[in-house]
Parts: sequence; structure tokens; C-alpha cells
Amino acid sequence: MKTSYNRRSFFKVTALAGGGVLLGFNWLAAQSMGAPGSKARLGEMTALNGFIQIDVTGLVTIMSPNPEIGQNVKTSMPMIVAEELDVAWKNVVVKQAPLNTQVFTRQVAGGSQSLRQSWKTLRLAGATARQMLINAAAQKWQVAPAECTVSEGIIRNAKGQQMTYGEIVGDAAKLEVPKEVQLKAPKDFKIIGKDTKNVDTGDIVRGKPLYGIDVKKPGMLYAVVLRPPAFGLKLDTFDDTATRKVSGVRQTVRFGDKIAVLADTTWAAIKGQKALKAQWKEGTKPESTADHDAKMLAFLDTPAAQPKRSDGDVKTAFASADKIVEKTYEGPFLPHSCLEPMNYFAHVRADGAELIGSCQTPERARKLAADLLGMKENQISVEISRMGGGFGRRLMHDYVLEAVEVSKLSGKPIKLAFTREDEMTAGLYRPASKYKFRVAIKDKQVTAYHLTGTGANGQNFTRENTFPAGAIANYLVESHNLESNITTAPWRAPITNFLAFAEQAFLDEVAQELGTDPVKFRIDLFEKAKASGAKFEYEVDKSIGVIKLAAEKANWGSPKAGVYQGFSTYYSHNTYVAEVAEVVLVNNQPVVQKVICAIDCGIVVNPVSAINQSEGGVIDGVGHALFGDFSFEAGKPSANNFNGYRLIRMPEAPQVEIHFVPSLNDPTGLGEPTLPPVGAAVANAIFAATGKRLYKFPFVKEMAIQGATQ
Amino acid sequence: MPKYKLTVNKKKYEVEADADTPVLWVLRDHLDLVGTKYGCGVAQCGACTIHLDGKAARACVTTVAAVRNRSITTIEGLSEQGDHPLQQAWVAHDVPQCGYCQAGQIMNAAALLTANPKPTEAEIEAAMRGNICRCATYNRIKEAIQTAANQ
Repeated sequence: MKTSYNRRSFFKVTALAGGGVLLGFNWLAAQSMGAPGSKARLGEMTALNGFIQIDVTGLVTIMSPNPEIGQNVKTSMPMIVAEELDVAWKNVVVKQAPLNTQVFTRQVAGGSQSLRQSWKTLRLAGATARQMLINAAAQKWQVAPAECTVSEGIIRNAKGQQMTYGEIVGDAAKLEVPKEVQLKAPKDFKIIGKDTKNVDTGDIVRGKPLYGIDVKKPGMLYAVVLRPPAFGLKLDTFDDTATRKVSGVRQTVRFGDKIAVLADTTWAAIKGQKALKAQWKEGTKPESTADHDAKMLAFLDTPAAQPKRSDGDVKTAFASADKIVEKTYEGPFLPHSCLEPMNYFAHVRADGAELIGSCQTPERARKLAADLLGMKENQISVEISRMGGGFGRRLMHDYVLEAVEVSKLSGKPIKLAFTREDEMTAGLYRPASKYKFRVAIKDKQVTAYHLTGTGANGQNFTRENTFPAGAIANYLVESHNLESNITTAPWRAPITNFLAFAEQAFLDEVAQELGTDPVKFRIDLFEKAKASGAKFEYEVDKSIGVIKLAAEKANWGSPKAGVYQGFSTYYSHNTYVAEVAEVVLVNNQPVVQKVICAIDCGIVVNPVSAINQSEGGVIDGVGHALFGDFSFEAGKPSANNFNGYRLIRMPEAPQVEIHFVPSLNDPTGLGEPTLPPVGAAVANAIFAATGKRLYKFPFVKEMAIQGATQ
Repeated sequence: MPKYKLTVNKKKYEVEADADTPVLWVLRDHLDLVGTKYGCGVAQCGACTIHLDGKAARACVTTVAAVRNRSITTIEGLSEQGDHPLQQAWVAHDVPQCGYCQAGQIMNAAALLTANPKPTEAEIEAAMRGNICRCATYNRIKEAIQTAANQ
């Protein structure tokens, strides 16, 4: 595949002290992702992500632009650059780039988009540098560049001469940027597709400082903040007499409805926080889960002013149905539970600010900090730390802005840290949501489909254009927003983390009603979508591809004695996933023993970490479906730590089998897609084992209430 | 504030801290040994696991006053070269995702293998139950422990 440059594009080459050279990339033209399969043209891109440094010995340093939250982009993104540059991975050193919008774009960890959105730009970064090195060598040898070949950092010509990248890099830096570069054919990839170890594992297992919470700067104070104990409350007055007596506490700072305690150590700041005596008053009405439930259930019976999608004539189809199946599904608010609680370092000076820490969207954090401080963005530097989990929590900037404000008000460099209790009680949550599904059945066929969704603080709790859009002629999808003063945030696979469970559990029940095998039922629906000519946002062949692969690998329909299977499939974040959960009964209790998972995510860049990520998504999904129990009473959360809020642990983690559909298509993401379908796979397997259907998270509570187990 | 003489990773330290200060914060804020992580503060997640006289302990609920005359080992001192069989197995199995809990997982597993060099799968699960991995790398953790135990 050839790629041409836009004339406005430019390429920065800087000679470094010590004889190395920095090949920087910055294309200013606008980027368009284009339709799948379209040719990448640099002229359509806003900027290229990535830069390469090669020293005279041939050692290659590749900057990793995006924040690392455990999705392993710090390894996989540089792998793509190294592949096209054509160097041996053992000669590559990876460094985390700081926020630098002059050089990189989309320094974001979110939406499972890092590889998908940067795939072509990372390849071009490597390929362009490779071509410049070849051109320089060819010039030296006085041969045509086309006569040269390259492999693992060594350039060879037809006469048998050879030269390393390190020997020629100084000359290459002086050359014009090539107008065209040749990208490798995927079949020639040597690094992409090979198991490549996480570049940070050595430091992780030796306890080296990597995370935001590990930051320590000269003169830095530790800040812990007291926030309102219930949503809806505001700070009235406070007394910090006892706090000031805590040894190590330096000062308190009130900002808005919060009080920061600044101290020499984290522990002194925590003790100071606990010693604060605050009076609270009602700001907005404190809410309870019972209020939310009543309002949301009422929404499910209310037509929306404007449907999200309406095909055919749903009303007539329901009126003439032989049978109507209707079920309601309910999901709670859930904390993100990143194991590294929120924290951030800020040092605000008169002329600028230094920010360091764990944040999924550092560019947005800088913009908001600049707004808060009345500074220009170029007065603020941002370093990106490795994150102890993100899960969407670190897409939000409340903790960054708290750190900035407290540093500004105190005039000190501070590291602001949440305790676990702060995190779970005054943080942000996955919005609670509810769904009502109805289908009309006539002559053993589904003739109409009606979904109404609702949830807290969101404009659309449905995904109206994905499956089964197109598969059913009479199709209506509606959504209602519940305004709530409980603060919410995206949570791994936003919306679909519960919607997929509801939809795929419901379809299982419809298949049962029709007396059809659940896998065959879904494939038939996808075939109908393909034949319908309707518009929708998924590919039928890929959907059926993963369904068939999962069914084949799980030996669907013929489980071993005592094993009960459940099926589910979902398309999210551009990746296709199908899953079979296997449940056994131990002392008459259902136990999730294994999940077999088929994935189509295009080409798999780094299999060893792709499997890790996919397996983690499955177990995370199983854990929150089984145990995720959270509610509010008068604005106060039901739990404040892991002793009152259960997360999945090793003995409960099922075995997971991951199968990728072989593909040379451009990659899509894996941070989220395996999570959404697994709740339904488990619920459907539990039904197969016990005969009881599950409609609410967490399943352990549902089963106890329903008496699903004996 | 009282002073405490501590032995951490075979080195002697003297720190000034309130008697109720958890060892976790002494390690992190006083001694700059930040490999021991804070996750919950109530001994529910295991991210802060250290060894006290060779046995696993949760540093977030162990006070500095309680560890006088005892030998503290942290992830930084688990092995001199960073090549404890578990550290090697963690690399071989490419265990971490975010990695935040992994030092605590390794310290807990190391104490397990000292007490029980050839644990069964059920014994590993029981011993590791107190360590949360929010990224859910549990199966790789288990495999890495089995690999290290078989060396």
C-alpha cells in the first residue's frame, strides 16, 4: 500500500547532542478515519502520533504517546512503529511521552480506540523513517533506493554492501522527507502478531515508581479532602481545631463544599481529615435508590417525545400478535474501584503550573486546569503516569482540578489523594439503568421489537442502530434520562456493560418461547438483517463469524455431563464478540466454571496481551454481574470499602478460553468488548442449570431472593 | 513524635512517626519505598502486602509501633537482583495489566511458597483470596505461582 504526503505536511528532524537524531512527526492536515478499507492518505490526517530516536549504535527509542491504564498500549503502539521501521524489538527502548499536542494527537485512553485510531499513523511513522534511512544509504553507495533492502535495522544493496541504521541515521536526518512511502504487506509482519512482553513488567514486579501515587517532589505536601458525606449536601461551617493538633498537619484549605488537609505525610493528612468537624446543609434533595427505581420504572411505561429509532409499524404488529413477551432488567450504580485510588500532583506557580499523574485524558485535564487558573495551556506542563486502573473513572477530571485548586490556594506543590472511602462514597459511578424489552410473536416469528431504556444522567441509554436493528421490520427504540445529583461517569463499556446483558438475556428467553436453539435463533436474525436492506451499524458476516466460532469451540449443545451452557453475543467498540458460559452446580449452587470467547478484532497486534485483556474483560464482567451491589439511601452510598462492596477474587474467577478470528483487517480495540456480553452468557447458563431467569445485577442477590438455588 | 528503629530489606532506618502510623505510609512517605501500594487501608485488597519475619502481613493495618525488632521485607527487597522465581514467572507469563496490585500479589505468593513450596490449585486460591486484581489477571497469577513452585 502506497501513501502520499500532503504538501502542507512537514517533518521535523533534529540532530541530537551525542550524534543521534530525532525524527519527529507533525502533519497538520485534517485527519479523517474514512470508511473501513479505504486507503490511508496522509493528506487527510491532522497529525501523526509518535516519534523515533535512533542513536549511533542503532538503539531505537520509541515514544509511546497514549496513557497506559493496563490495556498495554505502551507495548503495542511502539510495536507497530518498530514493525514498519524494521528494527529488531530487542533494540527498542520504549518511553512514555508527556502530553505534547504539537507532536501527538489523541493522547487518550478510552473507548477501546487507541490502536484503531492510531494504526495508520503509527505505521507511517515507522515507514517514513525507514525510507529516509534507505535513501541516505543509497545516496552514500550511489545506487537507487529501490535496489536496497532492509531487515532489522540493516540496509543492504545488490553489491553485498551493508550499513546499520545507527551508521547512516545522521545523514538520513538531513534528507528531504519522502513524498511516498511503502507500507509493509501484513503477511510480512515480523513484530506485529508475535507475543511481545509488556515493557513495564520488570519495573512492576520490582516495585519501581511508575504510578501517579508514587510521585514525590521537593517541598511537596500531601492533601486529603473532606467532601460532603451524601450527595445533595453542601458545606455549612467547619471546625479544624482538632485537625490542626494532628502532628504533621500544616494547614487546611476550604474550597467550595470541600476542605483539604495539607500535611507532611499521607497518614497525617488522613488523620487530619478524620478529625475535621463539619456541619452540612441540604443543597439539592438527597436521593435514594427507591426514588430512582420508581422514576425509572415509570419511564419504561412512558413513550419518549422522540424515539431513537422507529422502523415499520410496531403498534399494528403488537395488536395482531399471537403472543407478546415482555421483560424488564435493572442494573445498579457501580463504583469503578480502580485499585489505585484517584490522586494527582499539581504545582501551581504565578507563571505556570506543573501537573503529573494518572489521567486517561491529559489534554482535556490541561484545558480545564488552564480555564480554572486563567492561564494559557502552554503555561502548563503535563506528565502522564502509568495508571492503577482506569475503567472510565480517569476520563473525568474532578480530582485533577481539586489538586490544581488546592495547590493554587495553598501556594504549595501538593499531591492530592483519595482514600478508598473517598473513592467509593464521594466519587463517580456507572449510572444505574433499566430496560424494558417487548417482542410480538406471530406464526412462530418475531414480528415487532420494542425497547425502552432509561438511566441516570445520560441522553441515550440504548444503542438503536446495532443488532437487532435491521433484523426485525417493526422496530422501536426509546430512551429516557433520569436527572440525578449522584455524579456519574463512563464505566468500562459505557451503557453496553448492562444493556448487552439485558438484550442477550431477553433474546434467550424469546428463543425459548419459540422453541428454537438460542444460537440458531441469533444467526437467523442476523441473516434477516442482511436480507432486509435496512441500515444498521454492524457487519452481519463478522457477527455470524464469531457466533459460529464460539459455538464450535465450546461444543455448543453437547456439553459434558453436569455442565450447563449459556450463549451471548455483542458488538461494541468496533469489535465482535460471542461467548459461551459454562456453569456447574456445586452443592446446588451455580458456579461459573468456564467462559469460551470468540473475538473478531481485526489483526491481533500482540496476542499475549490481547488474550490477557480479553480474559480480564470477561472475568470483570462475570464479577460485577455476580457481585456488583450498590445503592443509595438519602444520598449516602451503601458501602465505603471492599469489606462492604464485593469484587470478584481468585477462587471465583472462571477459566477463560480466548479464540481470535484470523484476520488481516486493521485492528480494533479490546479494552472493553469482551465485558458486555458475558453477563447474559452467565445468566443464560444459570437458567439452563436452575430453570430460573435473572433480571437484575447482582446475580447472587437475585438468586437468593428468587430461590434460584435449593 | 516518637522515633522508631526499623529493619527494612536488611537495612536499618530510624523514622519519626506517630505510634499509630501504618507501616504502609512509613514505607511510602518516609522511606520512599513506593513498591508497597495503598488500595483500601482496611486489609481487604492485599495491595500493601509485605513480609514481617517472613510472613505475609498487610502494611496498611500494621502500625509502626508494632514492628519494632521485626524484620520487614518489601517488594524492593524480595530478591537482591529482582529475580525471585515469582518475579521471573510473572515476566514469563506476562501477568500484569495495570500492574498496581502485582507487588502485593507477589509478596503474598512468596509467603505462601515459603510455607508451602508445592501448593495445590485449591491451596493457591485459598491463600490468594485476600488479594484483589481489579484487572482480573487471576488465572495468570495462578499459573505464574504454579510455574515458580515447580522450579
